Amino acid sequence: MQSQKESKIKVAIDSIKFPLLAIVFAFIIGAFFIIWTGNNPIMAYGELFSGSIGNISRFGETLLKATPLIFTGLAVGFGYRCGLFNIGVEGQYIFGTIFAVSGGWVFRDMPGFILPGILLVLGAIGGAIWAFIPGILKAKRGVNEVIISIMLNYTALYIANYIVRSVLNPSILLGGDKKAYSVMIPDQGRLTALTEFIPSFGYSSVNTGIVIAIIMALIIWFILFKTTLGYEVRSVGFNPYASEYGGISIAKNITLAMVISGALAGLAGAVTVIGLTFKVDMASGMPGYGFDGIAVALVGKNHPIGILASALLFGILKNGERKMQIAGIPKEVVGIIQSIIIIFIAAEAIGSYLPDIKKKFSKKSKEEVQV
Amino acid sequence: MVIFIALLASALRLATPLIFSALGGIFSERSGVVNIALEGIMINGAFFAILVTHFTGSPWLGVFAAMFIGALTALLLAVLAIHLRGDQVVAGVAINLFATSITAFLLEMVWHRSGQTDSVPVSLTGNPFTFLEKIPVLGNLFSGLTPFVYLSFVAVAVTYFVIYKTPFGLRIRAVGEHPRAADTVGINVYTVRYICVMISGVLGGLSGASLSLGTVSLFREGMTSGKGFIAIAAMIFGKWHPVGALLASLFFGFAEAVQIQAASLGISNIPSELLQTLPYVATVLVLAGFIGRAVAPKAGGVPYQKGHR
Repeated sequence: MQSQKESKIKVAIDSIKFPLLAIVFAFIIGAFFIIWTGNNPIMAYGELFSGSIGNISRFGETLLKATPLIFTGLAVGFGYRCGLFNIGVEGQYIFGTIFAVSGGWVFRDMPGFILPGILLVLGAIGGAIWAFIPGILKAKRGVNEVIISIMLNYTALYIANYIVRSVLNPSILLGGDKKAYSVMIPDQGRLTALTEFIPSFGYSSVNTGIVIAIIMALIIWFILFKTTLGYEVRSVGFNPYASEYGGISIAKNITLAMVISGALAGLAGAVTVIGLTFKVDMASGMPGYGFDGIAVALVGKNHPIGILASALLFGILKNGERKMQIAGIPKEVVGIIQSIIIIFIAAEAIGSYLPDIKKKFSKKSKEEVQV
Repeated sequence: MVIFIALLASALRLATPLIFSALGGIFSERSGVVNIALEGIMINGAFFAILVTHFTGSPWLGVFAAMFIGALTALLLAVLAIHLRGDQVVAGVAINLFATSITAFLLEMVWHRSGQTDSVPVSLTGNPFTFLEKIPVLGNLFSGLTPFVYLSFVAVAVTYFVIYKTPFGLRIRAVGEHPRAADTVGINVYTVRYICVMISGVLGGLSGASLSLGTVSLFREGMTSGKGFIAIAAMIFGKWHPVGALLASLFFGFAEAVQIQAASLGISNIPSELLQTLPYVATVLVLAGFIGRAVAPKAGGVPYQKGHR
């Protein structure tokens, strides 16, 4: 029992070693860029961290930034567990926002104890529908989900713009001038700000969304590691043909994993809409949460608990960049750090080169001993 | 007629960056490396074209810089995807993010603001063959073309020739379809893939230059706005064939031109957003096999490891 526990800890340490290394390297490279701007990297990183975890209300803002990242990270991670690369989280997120805001309008007379729940479910359904397309195409026709989801991201963006401009626009539903955003979520449909329970969060607009996100991470952990569904999904991701031979349907699990992944992405959209923005804006580009979700999942090793930790890290980076910019350092340094983290993780084979080198060295030393 | 000519010229101009990037995608994917990084390569190309033109005053030097930086960016993808056997899609996503950040960073370092650069005094937005403008009717078409439009057609011809008429092209296709067999007959899979990904970078950089130097003569953050992905769509729609990619790019360019000029054409009843989704929806339908069937090179996305079975 004792040794089993120890080996589990060893596995955990082994699996976070590489992401940690990637983060450290990325910060070092980021430091060079900061020096280039003529600033002191230690001061800059000091600003970054004080801006995001310096006091409780700043930490609240960090949690707010981390909230959608937890959902999108979970979405990408869940897909990955089934061997799917869901690069379409971006589009599924957009569908989640549109479904949530439409629900807010349609059910505007619903009481407050039930409306937020309905809107969250609607958001999840929106994301799930959009993810079902690449899922079923991969399962039934063997089409690569990556390209399909990229195409669907932009399709979702333009459809959402169309809906916001000519269906859900306040000018159409309420009359008045044309706006670049949709109607608002009614007051009783919004998530509660945590400041109302814990006043020390101060001005921060962090809301119960973060609680929902953490609960969702635990649920996903439970599904993945404690249920038959999770076992089948992971089994298909690990070795689809062996799974099929063992009676696990590849097609069913691929579709299901994609739909669950999309539902999580849609939840990210719904939580953002009913927790923070209360409306959907017309956009010229991607919201970016989906691509950040890929980074979050990679750093978190596709494990729900790891994703919670890495979402917090990316929340810190996202929130701290503002204070860094006030101190005179271009906020793009943070983007550079983020992308270098992903580049290092994409190059994970570097890690597999290392043991080879180690082996060579240890072999040599052994031979020397024998001689 | 005048409106139609203007529309055609605009379609050709809008298709140009797509043609270059789609050709780049063909080189990379035909050799078995999925190139999601085209968007990032375009961003880098567009920025460095303006940067170098800004400092040297020569737009053609800017174009060469864009090609060079494109190749350099692609080299990063090549190292990650070929040598380190990383996930090609993840590497591509990382490079896209990196390009967005690094160009925004350099923009702020050089021009001390964010958003967009100053416009460069000399650019390549004019028609290089002014004598063509004397042709009646068609002259109006030629006056709207940039050097990049002509270059893109040349690039299509060269790509077709290289891929289908040269021994090297045969090697590219062999490596992309069955790297192990290619390796067995003595083709160096790694070398071919490195060269192809770098060529893809050169074309992607050129595409970026055609976007910045060839249209507005400045660099704006987010100016590619997914054009790299539309190029990938064009490549798929054209079934990984240079001429197919050219036709697909022209089609998508025409759709965009119609969408931009919808008001002057008097077709404002089609929502412009739905026209914008056209390239993407068309690609999904083609990939899913509802209109024809697009089959990717077999070894696409799979890192090759010598000596492994």
